[in-house]
Amino acid sequence: MKPYPFKYVRAEGLAAVFQQFEEHGDDAQVLAGGQSLMPVLNMRLSAPRVLVDINRIEELRGIALDGGEVRIGALTRHREVLESEVVRTHLPLLAEAMPHVAHVAVRNRGTLGGSLALADPAAEMPACAVALGATLVLRSAAGERTVAAEDFYQGLYETERRPDEVLTEARYPIAGPGYHGAFQEFARRQGDFAVVGVAARGRVESGVLSELRLVYFGCEGHARLARQTALAAEAGGRPYTPQVFAALKDALAEELDPMENMHGSRATKLHMAQTLTGRALQALLARAGGAVHG
Amino acid sequence: MDDTIEITLTVNGETVTRRTSPRQHLVDFLRGELGLTGSHVGCEHGVCGACTIRLDGRAVRGCLTLAVQADGARVETIEGLTESSEISDLQRLFVERNAAQCGYCTPGMLLTAAELVAAGQAMPRAAIRDFMSGNYCRCTGYQAIIDAIEHVLEARFGAPAKEEG
Repeated sequence: MKPYPFKYVRAEGLAAVFQQFEEHGDDAQVLAGGQSLMPVLNMRLSAPRVLVDINRIEELRGIALDGGEVRIGALTRHREVLESEVVRTHLPLLAEAMPHVAHVAVRNRGTLGGSLALADPAAEMPACAVALGATLVLRSAAGERTVAAEDFYQGLYETERRPDEVLTEARYPIAGPGYHGAFQEFARRQGDFAVVGVAARGRVESGVLSELRLVYFGCEGHARLARQTALAAEAGGRPYTPQVFAALKDALAEELDPMENMHGSRATKLHMAQTLTGRALQALLARAGGAVHG
Repeated sequence: MDDTIEITLTVNGETVTRRTSPRQHLVDFLRGELGLTGSHVGCEHGVCGACTIRLDGRAVRGCLTLAVQADGARVETIEGLTESSEISDLQRLFVERNAAQCGYCTPGMLLTAAELVAAGQAMPRAAIRDFMSGNYCRCTGYQAIIDAIEHVLEARFGAPAKEEG
Protein backbone atom coordinates (compact mmCIF):
# COMPACT_ATOMS: atom_id res chain seq x y z
CA MET A 1 0.00 0.00 0.00
CA LYS A 2 0.96 3.66 -0.20
CA PRO A 3 1.08 6.05 2.76
CA TYR A 4 -1.61 8.59 3.43
CA PRO A 5 -0.62 12.03 2.14
CA PHE A 6 1.67 14.03 4.40
CA LYS A 7 3.67 17.21 4.28
CA TYR A 8 7.39 16.58 3.92
CA VAL A 9 9.92 18.81 5.65
CA ARG A 10 13.63 18.30 5.26
CA ALA A 11 15.27 19.62 8.41
CA GLU A 12 18.77 20.99 7.92
CA GLY A 13 19.30 21.28 11.67
CA LEU A 14 17.74 20.37 15.00
CA ALA A 15 16.27 23.87 15.37
CA ALA A 16 14.09 23.18 12.34
CA VAL A 17 12.90 19.90 13.91
CA PHE A 18 11.94 21.65 17.15
CA GLN A 19 10.11 24.29 15.15
CA GLN A 20 8.01 21.58 13.48
CA PHE A 21 7.24 20.09 16.92
CA GLU A 22 6.23 23.55 18.07
CA GLU A 23 3.94 24.08 15.08
CA HIS A 24 2.43 20.64 14.70
CA GLY A 25 2.84 18.90 18.05
CA ASP A 26 2.04 15.20 17.83
CA ASP A 27 1.17 15.54 14.14
CA ALA A 28 4.87 15.87 13.33
CA GLN A 29 6.82 12.64 13.05
CA VAL A 30 10.60 12.40 12.76
CA LEU A 31 11.85 10.33 9.82
CA ALA A 32 15.32 8.87 10.41
CA GLY A 33 16.33 5.71 8.53
CA GLY A 34 12.67 4.92 7.99
CA GLN A 35 13.16 1.16 8.11
CA SER A 36 10.47 0.72 10.74
CA LEU A 37 8.47 3.91 10.15
CA MET A 38 8.00 3.50 6.40
CA PRO A 39 6.38 0.04 6.69
CA VAL A 40 3.97 1.47 9.25
CA LEU A 41 3.16 4.40 6.95
CA ASN A 42 2.87 2.12 3.91
CA MET A 43 0.39 -0.07 5.75
CA ARG A 44 -1.44 3.05 6.89
CA LEU A 45 -1.19 2.04 10.53
CA SER A 46 -0.05 5.58 11.21
CA ALA A 47 -0.83 8.84 9.46
CA PRO A 48 1.33 11.75 10.64
CA ARG A 49 0.44 15.04 8.96
CA VAL A 50 4.05 16.17 8.80
CA LEU A 51 7.13 14.04 8.23
CA VAL A 52 10.32 15.73 9.42
CA ASP A 53 13.29 14.17 7.62
CA ILE A 54 16.44 14.43 9.75
CA ASN A 55 18.72 12.51 7.39
CA ARG A 56 20.69 15.61 6.39
CA ILE A 57 21.54 16.72 9.91
CA GLU A 58 25.25 15.94 9.87
CA GLU A 59 25.81 16.66 13.56
CA LEU A 60 23.74 13.59 14.40
CA ARG A 61 26.11 11.27 12.56
CA GLY A 62 29.36 9.64 13.58
CA ILE A 63 31.20 7.42 16.00
CA ALA A 64 33.72 9.00 18.35
CA LEU A 65 35.99 7.80 21.10
CA ASP A 66 35.68 10.42 23.81
CA GLY A 67 37.59 9.79 27.01
CA GLY A 68 36.03 6.83 28.74
CA GLU A 69 33.13 6.41 26.36
CA VAL A 70 32.12 5.76 22.79
CA ARG A 71 29.62 8.28 21.49
CA ILE A 72 27.48 7.26 18.57
CA GLY A 73 25.29 9.82 16.83
CA ALA A 74 21.66 8.85 16.41
CA LEU A 75 21.76 9.00 12.62
CA THR A 76 24.68 6.59 12.35
CA ARG A 77 23.57 3.73 10.11
CA HIS A 78 23.62 0.17 11.41
CA ARG A 79 26.14 -0.63 8.71
CA GLU A 80 28.51 2.06 9.96
CA VAL A 81 28.30 0.68 13.49
CA LEU A 82 28.94 -2.83 12.16
CA GLU A 83 32.03 -1.71 10.26
CA SER A 84 33.43 0.60 12.91
CA GLU A 85 36.88 -0.26 14.24
CA VAL A 86 36.15 1.76 17.39
CA VAL A 87 33.02 -0.30 18.03
CA ARG A 88 34.79 -3.59 17.32
CA THR A 89 37.58 -2.69 19.73
CA HIS A 90 35.67 -1.06 22.56
CA LEU A 91 32.11 -2.34 22.24
CA PRO A 92 32.49 -5.90 20.96
CA LEU A 93 29.00 -6.77 22.23
CA LEU A 94 27.52 -4.23 19.84
CA ALA A 95 29.62 -5.58 16.97
CA GLU A 96 28.47 -9.11 17.80
CA ALA A 97 24.80 -8.13 17.90
CA MET A 98 24.72 -5.99 14.77
CA PRO A 99 24.66 -8.81 12.16
CA HIS A 100 21.36 -9.88 13.76
CA VAL A 101 19.81 -6.46 13.11
CA ALA A 102 17.70 -7.00 10.00
CA HIS A 103 19.19 -7.63 6.56
CA VAL A 104 21.93 -5.85 4.66
CA ALA A 105 19.72 -3.44 2.69
CA VAL A 106 17.93 -2.44 5.89
CA ARG A 107 21.19 -2.04 7.83
CA ASN A 108 22.47 0.22 5.06
CA ARG A 109 19.70 2.68 5.82
CA GLY A 110 18.41 2.02 9.34
CA THR A 111 19.90 4.07 12.17
CA LEU A 112 21.05 3.30 15.69
CA GLY A 113 19.05 6.18 17.13
CA GLY A 114 15.92 5.12 15.31
CA SER A 115 16.16 1.65 16.73
CA LEU A 116 16.89 2.93 20.25
CA ALA A 117 14.03 5.46 20.15
CA LEU A 118 11.42 3.14 18.65
CA ALA A 119 11.85 0.57 21.45
CA ASP A 120 10.61 -2.44 19.55
CA PRO A 121 10.38 -5.27 22.11
CA ALA A 122 12.29 -7.63 19.81
CA ALA A 123 15.04 -5.18 18.87
CA GLU A 124 18.69 -5.88 19.63
CA MET A 125 20.02 -2.34 20.11
CA PRO A 126 17.91 -1.35 23.14
CA ALA A 127 18.94 -4.57 24.92
CA CYS A 128 22.63 -3.96 24.16
CA ALA A 129 22.36 -0.36 25.35
CA VAL A 130 20.91 -1.54 28.67
CA ALA A 131 23.50 -4.33 29.03
CA LEU A 132 26.37 -1.94 28.36
CA GLY A 133 25.05 0.71 30.74
CA ALA A 134 24.67 3.27 27.95
CA THR A 135 23.33 6.77 28.44
CA LEU A 136 20.93 8.24 25.91
CA VAL A 137 20.97 11.93 25.03
CA LEU A 138 17.66 13.69 24.43
CA ARG A 139 17.40 17.19 23.06
CA SER A 140 14.52 19.60 22.78
CA ALA A 141 14.11 23.33 22.25
CA ALA A 142 14.48 23.64 26.02
CA GLY A 143 17.88 21.97 26.12
CA GLU A 144 19.52 18.62 26.61
CA ARG A 145 19.11 15.86 29.17
CA THR A 146 20.49 12.38 29.56
CA VAL A 147 18.71 9.21 30.60
CA ALA A 148 20.28 5.86 31.49
CA ALA A 149 19.20 3.27 28.93
CA GLU A 150 17.82 1.03 31.67
CA ASP A 151 15.47 3.84 32.75
CA PHE A 152 14.62 4.86 29.19
CA TYR A 153 12.54 1.80 28.35
CA GLN A 154 9.18 1.90 30.10
CA GLY A 155 6.83 -0.39 28.22
CA LEU A 156 5.73 -1.60 24.82
CA TYR A 157 7.09 1.12 22.49
CA GLU A 158 7.01 3.40 25.53
CA THR A 159 10.08 5.37 26.49
CA GLU A 160 11.16 8.30 28.60
CA ARG A 161 11.40 10.48 25.47
CA ARG A 162 8.89 13.31 25.46
CA PRO A 163 7.13 14.14 22.18
CA ASP A 164 9.12 17.38 21.86
CA GLU A 165 12.48 15.61 22.17
CA VAL A 166 14.83 14.00 19.70
CA LEU A 167 17.17 11.20 20.70
CA THR A 168 20.46 12.57 19.41
CA GLU A 169 23.20 10.30 20.73
CA ALA A 170 24.03 7.16 22.65
CA ARG A 171 27.04 7.13 24.97
CA TYR A 172 28.54 3.78 25.84
CA PRO A 173 31.05 3.59 28.70
CA ILE A 174 34.16 1.61 27.84
CA ALA A 175 34.64 -1.26 30.24
CA GLY A 176 38.03 -1.95 31.73
CA PRO A 177 39.94 -5.20 31.44
CA GLY A 178 38.16 -8.28 32.77
CA TYR A 179 34.78 -7.32 31.33
CA HIS A 180 33.32 -9.45 28.58
CA GLY A 181 30.10 -9.55 26.65
CA ALA A 182 28.12 -12.19 24.82
CA PHE A 183 25.10 -12.05 22.58
CA GLN A 184 22.65 -14.82 21.75
CA GLU A 185 19.53 -14.66 19.63
CA PHE A 186 17.09 -17.13 18.19
CA ALA A 187 15.24 -16.03 15.04
CA ARG A 188 13.42 -17.98 12.37
CA ARG A 189 15.79 -16.70 9.72
CA GLN A 190 19.04 -14.72 9.89
CA GLY A 191 18.12 -11.05 10.27
CA ASP A 192 14.46 -11.61 11.09
CA PHE A 193 12.91 -10.29 14.27
CA ALA A 194 14.19 -12.12 17.33
CA VAL A 195 11.95 -14.72 18.86
CA VAL A 196 14.05 -14.49 22.03
CA GLY A 197 17.46 -13.03 22.68
CA VAL A 198 19.83 -12.05 25.45
CA ALA A 199 22.63 -9.50 25.70
CA ALA A 200 25.05 -10.28 28.52
CA ARG A 201 27.94 -8.35 29.96
CA GLY A 202 29.94 -8.97 33.07
CA ARG A 203 33.27 -9.24 34.77
CA VAL A 204 35.12 -12.52 35.01
CA GLU A 205 37.96 -13.35 37.37
CA SER A 206 39.20 -16.91 37.79
CA GLY A 207 35.95 -18.27 36.39
CA VAL A 208 33.86 -16.20 38.81
CA LEU A 209 31.25 -13.86 37.40
CA SER A 210 30.50 -10.46 38.87
CA GLU A 211 28.74 -7.25 37.86
CA LEU A 212 26.72 -9.38 35.44
CA ARG A 213 23.98 -7.77 33.41
CA LEU A 214 21.55 -9.99 31.55
CA VAL A 215 19.11 -8.21 29.26
CA TYR A 216 16.35 -10.06 27.46
CA PHE A 217 14.52 -9.00 24.30
CA GLY A 218 11.65 -10.54 22.38
CA CYS A 219 10.23 -11.48 25.77
CA GLU A 220 8.57 -8.67 27.68
CA GLY A 221 7.21 -5.32 26.46
CA HIS A 222 10.69 -3.82 26.40
CA ALA A 223 14.33 -4.78 26.91
CA ARG A 224 14.34 -6.38 30.33
CA LEU A 225 17.26 -6.28 32.74
CA ALA A 226 17.05 -9.42 34.88
CA ARG A 227 18.83 -8.55 38.10
CA GLN A 228 17.83 -11.58 40.19
CA THR A 229 18.89 -13.98 37.46
CA ALA A 230 22.24 -12.24 37.20
CA LEU A 231 22.69 -12.58 40.96
CA ALA A 232 21.91 -16.29 40.71
CA ALA A 233 24.52 -16.65 37.97
CA GLU A 234 27.09 -14.83 40.09
CA ALA A 235 26.42 -17.45 42.79
CA GLY A 236 27.82 -15.39 45.62
CA GLY A 237 31.28 -15.37 44.12
CA ARG A 238 31.56 -19.09 43.40
CA PRO A 239 32.73 -20.31 39.99
CA TYR A 240 30.10 -20.97 37.34
CA THR A 241 29.05 -24.65 37.31
CA PRO A 242 26.11 -26.75 36.05
CA GLN A 243 24.56 -26.31 39.51
CA VAL A 244 24.77 -22.56 39.15
CA PHE A 245 23.15 -22.83 35.72
CA ALA A 246 20.28 -24.82 37.26
CA ALA A 247 19.76 -22.14 39.89
CA LEU A 248 19.92 -19.46 37.25
CA LYS A 249 17.19 -21.19 35.21
CA ASP A 250 14.92 -21.21 38.26
CA ALA A 251 15.62 -17.55 38.92
CA LEU A 252 14.82 -16.66 35.31
CA ALA A 253 11.54 -18.57 35.47
CA GLU A 254 10.62 -16.42 38.47
CA GLU A 255 11.81 -13.14 37.04
CA LEU A 256 11.04 -13.16 33.32
CA ASP A 257 7.49 -13.06 32.00
CA PRO A 258 7.69 -13.59 28.22
CA MET A 259 4.74 -12.48 26.11
CA GLU A 260 3.09 -15.21 24.13
CA ASN A 261 2.92 -14.46 20.40
CA MET A 262 2.97 -16.18 17.01
CA HIS A 263 6.53 -17.34 17.70
CA GLY A 264 5.74 -19.30 20.80
CA SER A 265 4.04 -19.71 24.12
CA ARG A 266 5.30 -18.29 27.36
CA ALA A 267 6.81 -21.68 28.28
CA THR A 268 8.57 -22.05 24.92
CA LYS A 269 10.07 -18.60 25.13
CA LEU A 270 11.16 -19.08 28.72
CA HIS A 271 12.89 -22.32 27.73
CA MET A 272 14.65 -20.49 24.89
CA ALA A 273 15.68 -17.67 27.20
CA GLN A 274 17.16 -20.18 29.66
CA THR A 275 19.03 -22.04 26.95
CA LEU A 276 20.35 -18.86 25.36
CA THR A 277 21.49 -17.60 28.76
CA GLY A 278 23.52 -20.76 29.24
CA ARG A 279 25.15 -20.30 25.85
CA ALA A 280 25.81 -16.63 26.46
CA LEU A 281 27.49 -17.28 29.80
CA GLN A 282 29.62 -20.06 28.34
CA ALA A 283 30.75 -17.73 25.57
CA LEU A 284 31.40 -14.96 28.06
CA LEU A 285 33.49 -17.23 30.30
CA ALA A 286 35.34 -18.68 27.32
CA ARG A 287 36.26 -15.17 26.22
CA ALA A 288 37.64 -14.53 29.66
CA GLY A 289 39.87 -17.55 29.13
CA GLY A 290 38.47 -19.40 32.12
CA ALA A 291 37.30 -22.97 32.45
CA VAL A 292 33.87 -23.59 30.98
CA HIS A 293 31.46 -26.03 32.53
CA GLY A 294 28.13 -27.41 31.35
CA MET B 1 -1.05 18.98 1.77
CA ASP B 2 0.32 16.56 -0.81
CA ASP B 3 1.96 19.17 -2.99
CA THR B 4 4.66 17.93 -5.30
CA ILE B 5 8.31 18.72 -4.71
CA GLU B 6 11.01 19.09 -7.34
CA ILE B 7 13.94 16.73 -7.01
CA THR B 8 17.14 16.30 -9.00
CA LEU B 9 19.06 13.08 -8.82
CA THR B 10 21.37 10.90 -10.84
CA VAL B 11 19.81 7.69 -12.07
CA ASN B 12 22.13 5.20 -13.75
CA GLY B 13 24.54 8.01 -14.52
CA GLU B 14 21.98 10.41 -15.97
CA THR B 15 20.80 13.52 -14.17
CA VAL B 16 17.03 13.77 -13.98
CA THR B 17 14.77 16.47 -12.56
CA ARG B 18 11.14 15.68 -11.83
CA ARG B 19 8.36 16.66 -9.49
CA THR B 20 7.23 14.00 -7.07
CA SER B 21 4.60 13.63 -4.41
CA PRO B 22 6.22 13.42 -0.95
CA ARG B 23 4.59 10.08 -0.28
CA GLN B 24 5.86 8.45 -3.46
CA HIS B 25 8.35 5.64 -2.82
CA LEU B 26 11.63 5.75 -4.65
CA VAL B 27 10.85 2.48 -6.42
CA ASP B 28 7.48 3.79 -7.61
CA PHE B 29 9.20 6.94 -8.84
CA LEU B 30 11.75 4.90 -10.79
CA ARG B 31 9.10 2.66 -12.31
CA GLY B 32 6.27 5.12 -12.81
CA GLU B 33 8.02 8.38 -13.60
CA LEU B 34 11.18 7.12 -15.30
CA GLY B 35 9.90 3.86 -16.79
CA LEU B 36 12.64 1.83 -15.14
CA THR B 37 10.48 -1.21 -14.47
CA GLY B 38 13.36 -3.58 -13.77
CA SER B 39 13.03 -2.92 -10.04
CA HIS B 40 9.97 -4.76 -8.80
CA VAL B 41 7.44 -3.97 -6.11
CA GLY B 42 6.55 -6.83 -3.83
CA CYS B 43 5.45 -6.49 -0.22
CA GLU B 44 5.86 -2.71 0.16
CA HIS B 45 6.96 -3.06 3.75
CA GLY B 46 10.59 -3.99 3.45
CA VAL B 47 10.37 -7.73 3.88
CA CYS B 48 10.69 -9.27 0.41
CA GLY B 49 13.61 -7.41 -1.17
CA ALA B 50 12.14 -7.32 -4.70
CA CYS B 51 12.51 -3.53 -4.80
CA THR B 52 16.20 -3.49 -3.83
CA ILE B 53 18.06 -0.68 -5.58
CA ARG B 54 21.34 1.12 -4.99
CA LEU B 55 21.32 4.50 -3.29
CA ASP B 56 24.64 6.34 -3.04
CA GLY B 57 26.47 3.09 -3.60
CA ARG B 58 24.56 0.92 -1.14
CA ALA B 59 21.70 -1.55 -1.56
CA VAL B 60 18.50 -0.26 0.00
CA ARG B 61 14.80 -1.06 -0.06
CA GLY B 62 13.14 1.06 -2.74
CA CYS B 63 9.84 0.85 -0.88
CA LEU B 64 11.27 2.13 2.42
CA THR B 65 12.82 5.25 0.93
CA LEU B 66 10.86 8.21 -0.39
CA ALA B 67 11.69 9.68 -3.76
CA VAL B 68 12.05 13.13 -2.16
CA GLN B 69 14.79 11.72 0.05
CA ALA B 70 16.80 10.83 -3.07
CA ASP B 71 17.11 14.50 -4.03
CA GLY B 72 20.80 15.00 -4.79
CA ALA B 73 21.53 11.30 -4.51
CA ARG B 74 23.01 8.77 -6.90
CA VAL B 75 20.61 5.94 -7.71
CA GLU B 76 21.40 2.78 -9.64
CA THR B 77 18.95 0.13 -10.76
CA ILE B 78 19.24 -3.24 -12.45
CA GLU B 79 19.11 -1.40 -15.79
CA GLY B 80 22.22 0.60 -14.88
CA LEU B 81 24.11 -2.36 -13.48
CA THR B 82 23.30 -4.33 -16.63
CA GLU B 83 24.49 -1.58 -18.94
CA SER B 84 27.75 -1.09 -17.07
CA SER B 85 28.47 -4.85 -17.20
CA GLU B 86 29.31 -4.70 -13.50
CA ILE B 87 27.43 -7.90 -12.80
CA SER B 88 27.46 -9.61 -16.19
CA ASP B 89 29.06 -12.70 -14.66
CA LEU B 90 26.35 -12.84 -11.98
CA GLN B 91 23.66 -12.51 -14.60
CA ARG B 92 25.23 -15.20 -16.77
CA LEU B 93 25.47 -17.59 -13.84
CA PHE B 94 21.86 -16.90 -12.81
CA VAL B 95 20.85 -18.07 -16.29
CA GLU B 96 23.25 -21.04 -16.35
CA ARG B 97 22.19 -22.27 -12.90
CA ASN B 98 18.50 -21.65 -13.54
CA ALA B 99 18.49 -19.17 -10.66
CA ALA B 100 15.81 -17.04 -12.29
CA GLN B 101 12.53 -18.90 -12.37
CA CYS B 102 9.53 -16.56 -12.56
CA GLY B 103 12.05 -13.71 -12.42
CA TYR B 104 10.16 -11.51 -10.04
CA CYS B 105 12.77 -11.53 -7.27
CA THR B 106 15.72 -11.62 -9.67
CA PRO B 107 16.57 -7.89 -9.97
CA GLY B 108 16.49 -7.54 -6.19
CA MET B 109 18.57 -10.69 -5.76
CA LEU B 110 21.12 -9.36 -8.23
CA LEU B 111 21.33 -5.96 -6.54
CA THR B 112 21.95 -7.60 -3.16
CA ALA B 113 24.42 -10.08 -4.65
CA ALA B 114 26.17 -7.17 -6.38
CA GLU B 115 26.92 -5.68 -2.98
CA LEU B 116 28.32 -9.02 -1.84
CA VAL B 117 30.51 -9.28 -4.92
CA ALA B 118 31.61 -5.66 -4.52
CA ALA B 119 32.89 -6.50 -1.02
CA GLY B 120 35.67 -8.23 -2.95
CA GLN B 121 36.24 -11.42 -1.03
CA ALA B 122 35.57 -15.12 -1.07
CA MET B 123 32.84 -16.28 1.27
CA PRO B 124 31.63 -19.62 2.59
CA ARG B 125 28.20 -20.75 1.48
CA ALA B 126 26.62 -20.20 4.89
CA ALA B 127 27.76 -16.57 4.90
CA ILE B 128 26.34 -16.07 1.40
CA ARG B 129 23.03 -17.41 2.67
CA ASP B 130 23.07 -15.00 5.61
CA PHE B 131 23.90 -12.09 3.34
CA MET B 132 21.08 -12.96 0.94
CA SER B 133 18.58 -13.64 3.75
CA GLY B 134 16.71 -10.38 3.15
CA ASN B 135 15.51 -11.36 -0.32
CA TYR B 136 12.58 -13.70 -0.84
CA CYS B 137 12.18 -16.03 -3.80
CA ARG B 138 8.59 -17.25 -3.89
CA CYS B 139 9.51 -19.93 -6.42
CA THR B 140 11.80 -21.10 -3.57
CA GLY B 141 14.72 -21.42 -5.93
CA TYR B 142 17.23 -20.51 -3.24
CA GLN B 143 19.71 -23.33 -3.86
CA ALA B 144 20.23 -22.28 -7.46
CA ILE B 145 20.57 -18.63 -6.50
CA ILE B 146 23.19 -19.39 -3.84
CA ASP B 147 24.93 -21.73 -6.31
CA ALA B 148 25.20 -18.93 -8.86
CA ILE B 149 26.56 -16.40 -6.37
CA GLU B 150 28.97 -18.92 -4.86
CA HIS B 151 30.30 -19.71 -8.32
CA VAL B 152 30.85 -16.03 -9.16
CA LEU B 153 32.61 -15.35 -5.87
CA GLU B 154 34.89 -18.33 -6.42
CA ALA B 155 35.62 -17.34 -9.99
CA ARG B 156 36.46 -13.80 -8.95
CA PHE B 157 38.20 -14.33 -5.62
CA GLY B 158 39.04 -18.03 -5.29
CA ALA B 159 37.75 -20.59 -2.82
CA PRO B 160 36.91 -19.36 0.69
CA ALA B 161 39.11 -20.33 3.60
CA LYS B 162 37.81 -23.32 5.55
CA GLU B 163 35.61 -22.32 8.44
CA GLU B 164 36.71 -23.31 11.90
CA GLY B 165 34.84 -26.01 13.75
